[in-house]
Amino acid sequence: MTELLDPRAIGQALVRRDGEAKVRGTATYAAETPVAHPAYAHPVQATVARGRITAVDTSAAEALDGVLAVLTHENAERLASTEDREYAVLQSAEVAFRGQLVGVVLAETSEVARQAADAVVVTYAEQEHDSELTVDHPDLYAPEQVNAGHETDTAEGDVAAAMATAHATVERTYSTAMVHNNPLEPHATTALWDPAADVPLTVWDSTQGVHPDRAAVCEVFGLEQDQVRVVCPYVGGGFGSKGTPHANVMLAVLAARALPGRPVKLALTRQQMFFLAGYRTPTIQRMQLAADRTGRLQAIAIDVVEQTSRIKEFAEQTGAPTRMMYAAPNRRTTHRVAPLDVPVPSWFRAPGECPGMFGPEVALDELAEELGIDPVELRIRNEPDVDPETGKPWSSRNLVACLREGAQRFGWADRPPPGHRDGDWLVGTGVASSVYPTMRQATSDAAVRFEQGRYVVEIGAADLGTGAWTVLPQIAADALDVPVDDVEVRIGDTRYPVASVAGGSSGTNTWGSAITVAAREFRGKFGRSPAEGDEVTGSVDQATKDEDHAAYAFGAQFAEVRVHADTGELRVPRLHGVFAAGRIVNPRTARSQLIGGMTMGLSMALHENSVWDPRIGQVANHDLAEYHVTVNADVGDVQAHWLDEHDPFVNAMGSKGIGEIGITGTAAAVVNAVHRATGIRVRDLPVTLDKVLAGLP
Amino acid sequence: MKDFAFARPGSVAEAVRDVAAEPGAVFLAGGTNLVDHLRLGVARPELVVDVRRLTSREVLDTEDGGLRVGAAVTNSELAADRRVRERYPVLAQALLAGATGQLRNLATTGGNPLQRTRCVYFQDVTTPCNKREPGSGCSAVNGYTRYHAILGVPSAMPDPSAPETCIATHPSDMAIALAALDAVVHVVGPAGERTVPFGELHRLPGDDPSRDTVLEHGELITAIDLPPLPAGARSAYRKVRDRASYAFALVSVAAVVAGKDVRIALGGVAHKPWRATRAEELLRGGELTEHAVRHAVEVELTAAQPQPGIDGGNGFKIPLVTRTAVATLRDLEA
Repeated sequence: MTELLDPRAIGQALVRRDGEAKVRGTATYAAETPVAHPAYAHPVQATVARGRITAVDTSAAEALDGVLAVLTHENAERLASTEDREYAVLQSAEVAFRGQLVGVVLAETSEVARQAADAVVVTYAEQEHDSELTVDHPDLYAPEQVNAGHETDTAEGDVAAAMATAHATVERTYSTAMVHNNPLEPHATTALWDPAADVPLTVWDSTQGVHPDRAAVCEVFGLEQDQVRVVCPYVGGGFGSKGTPHANVMLAVLAARALPGRPVKLALTRQQMFFLAGYRTPTIQRMQLAADRTGRLQAIAIDVVEQTSRIKEFAEQTGAPTRMMYAAPNRRTTHRVAPLDVPVPSWFRAPGECPGMFGPEVALDELAEELGIDPVELRIRNEPDVDPETGKPWSSRNLVACLREGAQRFGWADRPPPGHRDGDWLVGTGVASSVYPTMRQATSDAAVRFEQGRYVVEIGAADLGTGAWTVLPQIAADALDVPVDDVEVRIGDTRYPVASVAGGSSGTNTWGSAITVAAREFRGKFGRSPAEGDEVTGSVDQATKDEDHAAYAFGAQFAEVRVHADTGELRVPRLHGVFAAGRIVNPRTARSQLIGGMTMGLSMALHENSVWDPRIGQVANHDLAEYHVTVNADVGDVQAHWLDEHDPFVNAMGSKGIGEIGITGTAAAVVNAVHRATGIRVRDLPVTLDKVLAGLP
Repeated sequence: MKDFAFARPGSVAEAVRDVAAEPGAVFLAGGTNLVDHLRLGVARPELVVDVRRLTSREVLDTEDGGLRVGAAVTNSELAADRRVRERYPVLAQALLAGATGQLRNLATTGGNPLQRTRCVYFQDVTTPCNKREPGSGCSAVNGYTRYHAILGVPSAMPDPSAPETCIATHPSDMAIALAALDAVVHVVGPAGERTVPFGELHRLPGDDPSRDTVLEHGELITAIDLPPLPAGARSAYRKVRDRASYAFALVSVAAVVAGKDVRIALGGVAHKPWRATRAEELLRGGELTEHAVRHAVEVELTAAQPQPGIDGGNGFKIPLVTRTAVATLRDLEA
């Protein structure tokens, strides 16, 4: 048990502290960092999917006015570590995927840099490549573990036997598309290498964590932590793609080190982001469900096939939620990964849970249909008493309450019958569950200092537009027992104490815990009347850590879908979610995060699809005109509600994390609603009109 | 992007002369497509000639009861014009179905119909494309063909290495409406002035996919005439796309019903706005029942060559065009 903070500032819908600066345009992002006399870098990318560079001709590029340097594997510095092959930029003649970095041009203007990059002539000895994921790919292997340290395979009981004897079964294969994160702000870096300075390398980077970013740069360039400063006050969205740095950061630093004393700016174009900034692997999910007459699951199994890059393993933990969502005596989950000649997959909002709540939640709908049981009721009947995976009790689990409250708010009981028609539109409703694990990172420190009558809190946290600038003062204020206006929080700089990545919905849990430790210690040491300059540092590892419970946030999402009876066009006029995610620190920023996640889930359901062209090994539709993200006109009445959930086990705030749960389950709710409207079960995302056309009247 | 010279001449005649004299010259109007192409390296002009202020930005009534639209009239202005909304709803609807408010504020009457295909391979200079680089081949065949043609292509899978192969579609919504309206294009070129029936402005790839239209180098559109429609005429534009806004058409239908005449133009299906003339003939003078329209469009589409490709190809366009045409005419009749 943790002593929960007495919520005074916590729970208030305070406005964003950084809101005005952003609206006025005075908040500076990495590429627009005001530096004197910057040079501009533009990457050169491989145009073959696999091969070896046999010649590089930089003469035309170097001949252009304003070009300062052209770096390739032939003249770039040798990096201290090339162990992470994604980061080993310009170190060899080998090309491992199309679009990989093979050079960089430095110039006086961004336009000249780009023109010169186009003028670099690279000749390749092209090799056969293999970039297409198939369910029976010959190179599929079982990784040692999947992401977040999860086991690759789990098994309990006998799924096959249960499938053979059960009253009802579902055995289907589902797939989710390759998707690219596409934050509004492209990946961008301003870097300054000044060997004579106390801190020779300064990196203004768009990142989800200045300290992890710095650690990666230090490793690659053989620098000590105190030789590098990373600064990032504002991030224009990350969605995981800035959770670990990508090759562009290393390229920017490499370029800066080639121009000592001169700041270098490198911002990826939108098109380049489809090669270099990470993406979610496509997934293929073979589902098996077996149930008795009453709908109680006798077996649940998922076999996942997905891809990674040949140069770096990234194994999405897609099967993870199947391990803990529902009770069933016979269970199996497996992950198999195909190493391909493709860019390196990476983090994308709710890695694991987002794709992994698609197949199972659609399969449950198929089972409900077969059994003639309401899909809300079917989920309730399979509520587990304890975590099926670990046997631990739940820290709190309110899925059933979310389903019931959601059903009531949505009007589920009065939903129209299958195939209901309203004018030109077929109308259907669907439901799915949401889940996300409650995480806290092992490392984060916070400093609390008394300064001119106010409390200054420093921690190298990141605000991706999520609200850290605003909620951390709320937590600090309650931990110090002072009004929130008496607290100033400083984040986004490695000069502040070390902080973990803003990822895994763990930011508030982790940083808030460190701040609470520091604040309580501050009060213990200095009482309520501190002197100017009194300061303590607290660490998250001093906070109470509960190991005895399984901690997750849960939710339920309800979608109304309309399918045009003539054309198959799809609309989602209503998407309602109810979540149980512990205590909500700031309802304003929380609602933003939840409806943002749900909207992104809607986007995954209907639109997002990086169409892979296996002939050439790249995303065919690699810009935002052709890669469709849900736009305003697609978004109807999106509502996020939450239950008042008290969880004394997770952390001092009682918070569970809300950045990712909103995107989980959404696509399944939409697909289930499409089925109810049209009778067509789309098992491969996204749901596009051509997939429902054949079933229209 | 490479360096280019920029000129802002004072008259249409000067602009035409400037462009005609330089083989690597292009006209710039709204720039909503050209500027992208400059950045992407799809267009690499030596000279960019700004014509934005040279042509009329007015919509004038013509003596025959139609309208003359100056080439500099923006898409936003044209869509908002009361005469257009009342007399040519198909055009107002098509304009508003295109792009976004910001883009429509810049895009012009002269420029919009000349925008180039959004074929992803055309826009990617690292892949072969006969339209961008004649003779290099066509990457779209058997590639990502969702937005590609089914009409005006020689076969279900043309030879990707042949220099004439191109399965791109024309992307403009406005142009589909103008095709259905039998608009007339006023052009000034080095050889003087001429008019081009809108239906003849765009061409099929033929043996030179690099040419989208019949305009010669240096020819500039100065105005587009909308001929009058008979009293009681009705028209509508229906665009079907992958999201609710800001997406190019998978297919679109512009329909005009004027007395015994039915005009149908199809978008998203060919290298040019496709007048469904066979369907029009079948429907002329008859009752526009659902059955009749479906039959007529199916006859029109007997020549269709759906393209296979990654992500399922584009065979779905055949039923989709038929259904969309039926729905459009049904709504017009209602």
